[in-house]
Amino acid sequence: MIKKLAKSIRGYWGATVATPLVMIGEVAMETTIPLVIAAIIDDGIKKGSIDTVWKYGILMVAMAIVSLIFGALGGWSASYASAGFAKNLRGRLFNKVQDFSFANIDRFSTPSLITRLTTDVNNVSQTFQMMIRMMIRSPMMFVIATIMAVNVNAKLATVFLIAIPLLVIGLLVIIKFAFPMFNKMLKKYDDMNASVQENLTAIRVVKAFVHEDHEIDKFVKTSEGVRKAMVKAEKIVAFNGPLMMLAINSCMIAILWFGGVQITEGIMTTGELVSFITYIMQILMSLMMLSMIVVMFSFARASATRICEVIDEQLDIADGTSDAVPQDGSIVFDDVCFSYAKKADNLTIEHLSCTIQSGETVGIIGGTGSAKTTFVQLIPRLYDVLSGSVTVGGHDVREYRIKTLRDNVAMVLQNNVLFSGTIRDNLRWGDKEATDKEIEAACRAAQAHDFITSFPDGYDTILGQGGVNVSGGQKQRLCIARALLKKPKIIILDDSTSAVDTATDANIREAFRRELTDTTTLIIAQRISSVSDADKIIVLDDGKINAIGTHEELLANNEIYREVYMSQQKGVE
Amino acid sequence: MAKKEKRTAPAGKPMGPGPKGRGGFGKPQNVKGTFRRIFKYLNGYWGQIALVFICIIINAFSSIAGTYFLMPLINEIFESASPDMKKFASTLLLMAVIYAISIVANYLYARLGVNITAGMLHNVRTDLFIKMQKLPIKFFDTHAHGDLMSRFTNDTDAMRQMISQSIPQLFSSLLTVVGVFAMMIYLSPILTLIVIAMLVVMMLFIKTIGGKSAKNFMRQQAEVGRVNGYIEEMITGQKVVKVFNHEQDTIDGFNEINDSWFEANYKANALANVLFPILNNLSHINYAITATVGALLSISGVVDLGTLVSFLTYTRNFSNPIGQISQQINFILMALAGAERIFSVIDETPETDEGYVTLVNAEYNLNGELVESEKRTDIWAWKHPHADGTTTYTLLKGDVVLDDVTFGYEEDHIVLHDVSLYANPGQKIAFVGSTGAGKTTITNLLNRFYDVEDGKIRYDGININKIKKADLRRSLAMVLQDTHLFTGTVMENIRYGRLDATDEEVKAAAKIANAEFFIEHLPQGYDTVITGDGANLSQGQRQLLAIARAAVADPPVLILDEATSSIDTRTEALIEKGMDTLMSGRTVFVIAHRLSTVRNSDAIMVLEHGVIIERGNHEQLLEQRGKYYQLYTGMFELD
Repeated sequence: MIKKLAKSIRGYWGATVATPLVMIGEVAMETTIPLVIAAIIDDGIKKGSIDTVWKYGILMVAMAIVSLIFGALGGWSASYASAGFAKNLRGRLFNKVQDFSFANIDRFSTPSLITRLTTDVNNVSQTFQMMIRMMIRSPMMFVIATIMAVNVNAKLATVFLIAIPLLVIGLLVIIKFAFPMFNKMLKKYDDMNASVQENLTAIRVVKAFVHEDHEIDKFVKTSEGVRKAMVKAEKIVAFNGPLMMLAINSCMIAILWFGGVQITEGIMTTGELVSFITYIMQILMSLMMLSMIVVMFSFARASATRICEVIDEQLDIADGTSDAVPQDGSIVFDDVCFSYAKKADNLTIEHLSCTIQSGETVGIIGGTGSAKTTFVQLIPRLYDVLSGSVTVGGHDVREYRIKTLRDNVAMVLQNNVLFSGTIRDNLRWGDKEATDKEIEAACRAAQAHDFITSFPDGYDTILGQGGVNVSGGQKQRLCIARALLKKPKIIILDDSTSAVDTATDANIREAFRRELTDTTTLIIAQRISSVSDADKIIVLDDGKINAIGTHEELLANNEIYREVYMSQQKGVE
Repeated sequence: MAKKEKRTAPAGKPMGPGPKGRGGFGKPQNVKGTFRRIFKYLNGYWGQIALVFICIIINAFSSIAGTYFLMPLINEIFESASPDMKKFASTLLLMAVIYAISIVANYLYARLGVNITAGMLHNVRTDLFIKMQKLPIKFFDTHAHGDLMSRFTNDTDAMRQMISQSIPQLFSSLLTVVGVFAMMIYLSPILTLIVIAMLVVMMLFIKTIGGKSAKNFMRQQAEVGRVNGYIEEMITGQKVVKVFNHEQDTIDGFNEINDSWFEANYKANALANVLFPILNNLSHINYAITATVGALLSISGVVDLGTLVSFLTYTRNFSNPIGQISQQINFILMALAGAERIFSVIDETPETDEGYVTLVNAEYNLNGELVESEKRTDIWAWKHPHADGTTTYTLLKGDVVLDDVTFGYEEDHIVLHDVSLYANPGQKIAFVGSTGAGKTTITNLLNRFYDVEDGKIRYDGININKIKKADLRRSLAMVLQDTHLFTGTVMENIRYGRLDATDEEVKAAAKIANAEFFIEHLPQGYDTVITGDGANLSQGQRQLLAIARAAVADPPVLILDEATSSIDTRTEALIEKGMDTLMSGRTVFVIAHRLSTVRNSDAIMVLEHGVIIERGNHEQLLEQRGKYYQLYTGMFELD
């Protein structure tokens, strides 16, 4: 895991390595400055030698300046390295998500991906900074101070032998109990955030059913759960400080006592005892730092695991290797089976075969849950088939480079999204180099030009995230225009005009027929009128093709189609 | 001790999608007022807080006592020719006692701190949530969700940092500084002058570096918001990104923001990190200077040797608390800015409700008069208290009248012009018109998501402004254009319509909505848990659940806003019978694009640009050969 994460240090190895090295310099000064201080007092002031005071004073200023430079450099490079690491790691995750297939995205849910890229990256990079600053510094401090202490009085140093293991055991116990508690707390936190999010999006439902108090009760319970979990987890960590103090203070008293005895026996001097205590403090401080790193590290582990899950996610769809370009807009399904769960006993599409000629307009009709959307998503290879094959423009879709394939197959999704930015920016998603003329033509075809120009800022109107400031029907038309700008060989409309009124819907199809003569058009629709003029209509039922034919043929021979038709005609005649 | 990690953990620790609003991070506007409000959330904890402060004082005192008092004492004992071991042992014992007290104080402080912080956060969050539930719909129209979310996560987290760490740290640092400084003045006013001079130098560093760092922390917070906002938006739209091959552009856009975050983050942290070694070593330099000057003074006899040595001991530990103070003040300012963002939501004007007419269970008494009933009858009445002290009861029938209603979401943009219509109890009224004509707006006015600007809406003859909003809404069930489901089982989601509905009633409602079939095919049937707004259900299935929800609610008035738009017409035909049952005896308002859905309405209103241009039943409208006729025949002109 560490190795995997360490890859993201790339470009910041210099600062990462330099930080602990520079810290060595700081530690060297920090451990020797007490010697100089002792010398100023013992050799200078106590002996009344101004020269000595001058000499050591200047030495000390020099050392302080060196230490200052090292310390400042270390602080600077640590933040440089950790910010760089966070930047790389986040970028790497973001890149990885861009490579995700639809199946990959479905597996992690959107909010969980967002948390991983934000909170988790932050946790890990903070621990990283802590580590590079303290990793060498603390052990160094520990080693140097121990040497010094043993040097002063080896016998007294045995006090550590008792104190340190006790300290370590105490810490391990705390971590062992606290870690699962923290995990629980984080989960409760997730639940609470999810509940807030849910309430924000569904506020109209809450208010329409007058369930504000019900939601408040629910939230208070969740929040109370977070509070309890937090107290439970932090309660254990609260032992950390007192444990440290206990260790330090009992060492201090033990050393004072045994040291005192040694002084009376004439083995040790007072000055030695004082410096011994200084070193003991340094040793315990560095141990505390180390313990803190361990604690932080174990808490960041949860975040690191979640990050690695994203990094390790097996990409569901491998890019094709062929440089082939679709010859035309023909589509062939050959005995296709598909399952979201990738299990043969849980098929969404079962042994489906059909052929669509280039340039045809094909309507797709079927009940709720009949796999219409699944069917068309296989064409731009948003998902891979379980068995059988999908051929587009003469090649199996798995042969093409995904970019080539999707450049040639435009799809207007059922749940479509607009992004913050101007209308023009959003439309340019279809074609970055589109001229204003081309944009306008596409919008005219999608019946969007008129309402766009009715806005005061026209094509430069700024859309909020998700296109909140246009109505549902307007949004759908913008999405169609965006897809048209791709000038694809195949265009798929997945129930893309459901919020558009019938007359406008008819105009859009009329424009398609006029302008997209060579483009294969697939239209999923609820309204028979949206597909009745198609070259052929596929009737899907429960993942299988129930019938294929023209409006007239189906009306004459297919029961499902007839039922659908009748349900929309009642009362007309 | 061991406070180092806190420097690297500024409040910029997002726990969820970041804020969108940029200018939101700034300096706090009103430090005093904000503090006062934060303190209110600590109510109930004041006893514990007092204890915490006592513990901090004990801690600070015992560490000063331990290091500065007893050490010289011990020195004294051993300096004498014949050390008194008894005195030594009792001194050590005293020290051990002081230490033991400080350990207990330390534990108490940490333990109580947890209680206080967790409790305060719970209070703040609950208050914020309650407020959120009370805000008018308009507020949610004008505020990004990510921005509101960040108040629950980022901003409360900054407050946690402040209460649990920054304030106690600041207090104990101040205590130490004051104590040490007092000791210095007591020992040698002359030498203190040197320290003061050094202090001025330190302050200069703190002011320049710390000030810059603070500025960069604020900038960093804004950048965190941008990065998180971008991530949120793009990952939410990830499927569209894929379909448009837009991965590279998205990455390019991300890199740009990520780079500028890096710039701000590293500068903010670097400056903070650099400040500590500077202060620490300035104090070393200070030590050297004080030692030299002190030595000169002691030789000339101004200061005696013992005093000088003690003084020097204090000098050494002066820089750390000063650094801490400057750092913690930064964090506190940042947390206050976050608290202000939270309070700004809490201070929003809530949805007003001056209604006084309420909905009560009613029954007919022996005289045939309508009176209020304690029991749950199936008769509902509007209880209307009048100014003269009398109360009248009006039977809830579902009679709705709109009288010259004019409305606009924004002041200068009128959406509905002088709309008048009436619906008799049990009638089905349909609204037809192109997108943006104002259909949904009318239903939003009926349940008072928004209030009319001009004109009146009467419900059973009562102006709806007089009816309590909760009661008004309880008498209407809405199936909205966007279906939203909550985390919980299918059963719970349907029961959302009426919380006291029995399992049988829920199942009956599912049957009416024809949702039974697919529910029973779910892995755990009615107990299947729905997560993420029902991401695992198709649009059509979600709408069926929403219809079932309305069926459970069993209200006199039903509003169906594109309730079946994602349900295929065949399924729609299947649920038609159920829908007929649902609609019978109720006043129903239907909005649909699909004219087949509205055909059998008692009255159809054709809306265009907020004006009713045609009205009548299906046959009448066809005869008029107007817009409706065009729309209706437009469906077949392509045949």
